[in-house]
Amino acid sequence: MNFFLSIIFSFFAVVVVVLIPWIGVGALDLRVLFGIVIPYAAMATFFVGIVVRVIDWGRSPVPFRIPTTAGQEWSFPWIKRNRIDNPKGLGGVIMRMLFEVLTFRSLFRNTRLEYRRVNGVPKIDYEWEKWLWLAAILFHYSFLVIFLRHFRFFMEPVPAFVTLLQKLDGFMQMGAAPFNGFGLPGVYLTDMLLMAAVTWLLLRRILYSQMRYISLPADFFPLFLILSLGFTGMLMRYLLRVDVTKVKELAIGLFKFSPAVPEGIGVIFYIHLFILCVLIAYFPFSKLMHLAGVFLSPTRNLSNNSRFVRHVNPWNYPVPTHTYEEYEDEFRDLMIEAGLPVEKEPDATAGSEEKE
Amino acid sequence: MATTPKPEETAKIDHRPPLFEKGWMDKPAEIRPGIYCYGSKPKNLEYVGMPFPKEWNPENEDWHLPENWKEIIQEGFKDRLDRFRSLKLFMDICVRCGACADKCHFFIGSGDPKNMPVLRAELLRSVYRKNFTTGGKLLGKFAGGRELTEDVLKEWWYYLYQCTECRRCSLFCPYGIDTAEVTILGRELTNLLGLNTDWIAAPVANCYRTGNHLGIQPHAYKDMLEFFTDEIEDITGIRMEQDFNRKGAEILFITPSGDVFADPGTYTCMGYMMLFHYLKSLGLDITWSTYASEGGNFGYFTSHEMAKRLNAKMYAEAKRLGVKWLLGGECGHMWRVLNQYMDTFNGPPDFMEEPVSPITGTKFENAKTTKMVHIIEFTADLMKHGKLKLDPSRNDNLKVTFHDSCNPARGMGFFEEPRYVIKNVVNHFYEMPPETIREQTFCCGSGAGLNAGENMELRMRGGLPRANAVRYVHEKYGVNMLACICAIDRAVFPDLMNYWVPGVEVTGVHEMVANALVFEGEKKRTTNLRGEPLPGMEDEEDV
Repeated sequence: MNFFLSIIFSFFAVVVVVLIPWIGVGALDLRVLFGIVIPYAAMATFFVGIVVRVIDWGRSPVPFRIPTTAGQEWSFPWIKRNRIDNPKGLGGVIMRMLFEVLTFRSLFRNTRLEYRRVNGVPKIDYEWEKWLWLAAILFHYSFLVIFLRHFRFFMEPVPAFVTLLQKLDGFMQMGAAPFNGFGLPGVYLTDMLLMAAVTWLLLRRILYSQMRYISLPADFFPLFLILSLGFTGMLMRYLLRVDVTKVKELAIGLFKFSPAVPEGIGVIFYIHLFILCVLIAYFPFSKLMHLAGVFLSPTRNLSNNSRFVRHVNPWNYPVPTHTYEEYEDEFRDLMIEAGLPVEKEPDATAGSEEKE
Repeated sequence: MATTPKPEETAKIDHRPPLFEKGWMDKPAEIRPGIYCYGSKPKNLEYVGMPFPKEWNPENEDWHLPENWKEIIQEGFKDRLDRFRSLKLFMDICVRCGACADKCHFFIGSGDPKNMPVLRAELLRSVYRKNFTTGGKLLGKFAGGRELTEDVLKEWWYYLYQCTECRRCSLFCPYGIDTAEVTILGRELTNLLGLNTDWIAAPVANCYRTGNHLGIQPHAYKDMLEFFTDEIEDITGIRMEQDFNRKGAEILFITPSGDVFADPGTYTCMGYMMLFHYLKSLGLDITWSTYASEGGNFGYFTSHEMAKRLNAKMYAEAKRLGVKWLLGGECGHMWRVLNQYMDTFNGPPDFMEEPVSPITGTKFENAKTTKMVHIIEFTADLMKHGKLKLDPSRNDNLKVTFHDSCNPARGMGFFEEPRYVIKNVVNHFYEMPPETIREQTFCCGSGAGLNAGENMELRMRGGLPRANAVRYVHEKYGVNMLACICAIDRAVFPDLMNYWVPGVEVTGVHEMVANALVFEGEKKRTTNLRGEPLPGMEDEEDV
């Protein structure tokens, strides 16, 4: 499958995802199905799926201690060691993992190959390239903020941190928002950043030939899904307003396990909700599991201490080896001739005398 | 043997796969001479009891696979998923962000898109998805799944033996996915069908039998070192005899057999010998072994099990000889195995003691359980305590740069010790650019069993990024010597330098140490270990 097919396939898959609730609620009025049944099923799939997957990973042991060491090891007291990139113990590992998970430290190292030939001679440079890191970090943190902001729909009263977040997120855009003064609500910074970051993550898969080559439908599908999730969310906020009170009624009902579907929520909401359901139900079966996987990665979450703390392999088994006795048996005469010490003299049949 | 193209030809590399192309899954690998290593010979597999030994030629259609080969792979894959969390995780969590794509020296040097680390792993992942995940079983290609066919198996073999397990990609991966780990386990799978390269299988068989990769028998091993003893005597006027298989010695020294076999590794070996002799009067009690006569481990390029089988000799011999601890020579993958695997494989070596330098009294606390010390650590400690009388000006003809070997770099974090030693023995030291050294170091292009002759084109391609960085310091500072702490580096860099950067020679660190080492009662030194005049001695008669 080449990249055109991959994109087209993923794009249509997402179109179908959008059409299903549009028809399901818009034409067939299946509000209970799309407002209650599917969200519950999706959430169950999400949580159970993640737990099952993580347990499955956990069932396979870590036989060897294989951290990727990215700095000076612990050595002599007079050699400065790198505590984070080459951790010696648990503390260092925790630091390394925090940096990895919160700041995408490894991705920050990224460079870009610049290959040229000057008079037939190759010249290779490694250029600054932080755009992938930037897009990734903006995307993930925007997603987190947007997720947290949504708590105002699930909780009554709205927690203080949500209100604060909302203010901060909206405040930064004040005056700068293009729609200000048109009677539209303030634009959230994170909405814009998320859409921009995801757009870039998609564009680079299309524009860069190497990215085109490696990308699979499983790479385009979540991007289209998240783009449409963001797009429908923003539509709802800025153009096709829905009755927020009723949405909140539905959401709180869901979380209190006494679900009821109020009348009169626009179909755009159900589309938004369904996309989210597909995303989280797809999550445990997809590459999105890197969210949990990064914590288990043995090249990052192990300390480099296997020379001074024994690491045990639970399935270590005895293996055949070529013993010294077998070796000497084959080469004894040659060894004696060369003046090398041997355990057994050539004529000795029983018992051996050590020759020092 | 394939002819190797000229550098100008090799340099024509396009890193951009064409826009309109079939997807990679539908393009079988074209197995090209100059890139692959010859297939494993049956006698070498038989000697160590590996399955399905046979005569085969990778360029032929028929690889003489057993009838149930798919089941064997399926079972083997499943078994490894159950035993290695790394594999399971790395099969599941890659997002194909592409950060690793242009970090691989083989991709940089070849432009072959299947040499992008992500793609190398995808070759296995696609089969994993098809055979082990629900999505892949149901949706096939739409879920990135791919049927395991003979073409796919051949593609695995071709590309798994184009990876030097250097782990540079894993450094840049946001999830730490380590293609080396995928390669190691993928190679285990090919070995279930008797598909190795002979450049790996033969050293493995040799090492099993004679104790070293080169198949040097005990008397010959001793002979070779005695030859060096004569050479050293010619240069220094001192006879520096070594001990072999001596029981009751305090320390057993193990180094890659490449060091006793071919230039310029032999000079490094002479360096060790001279250092040991120098320290004898200070209380060093050390022996070599003809049985544990290999530091390297080509078993590690075959399977974890074979790595363990070959590694077992070190502790076994230490026990037989009753030594207190082990000292290891300058070698790359040897030290990854010693650091990350040995104790787990074959430990605990309770019969030994925690290593303490008999000269300085320094406790090597970082080698507390494995009981094995790196000779660079050992020497660095001697220098720190001022135990060596050194005359670095003897190396004044050298402008040195240091190549961090992949394994001590990313599998250990061994950066400062070798630099400290080098700076003590040379006056002119220059670093290559930061993106090409330390943890970001570039592979020599010939590691992990790829240092054969028939794949020279691949080696020159894979070594290009390293050579490019050497050229930079060669042109900027006049660097003429590439120092390294790896036997494979020493064996392969001379070819690589001749190809891309003529005028740069290759040395181990202990060769430079020995040149600088001032012995009591030595004759006037006029040449270095290579028999070349020392700086200022060009007109001496002895030269």
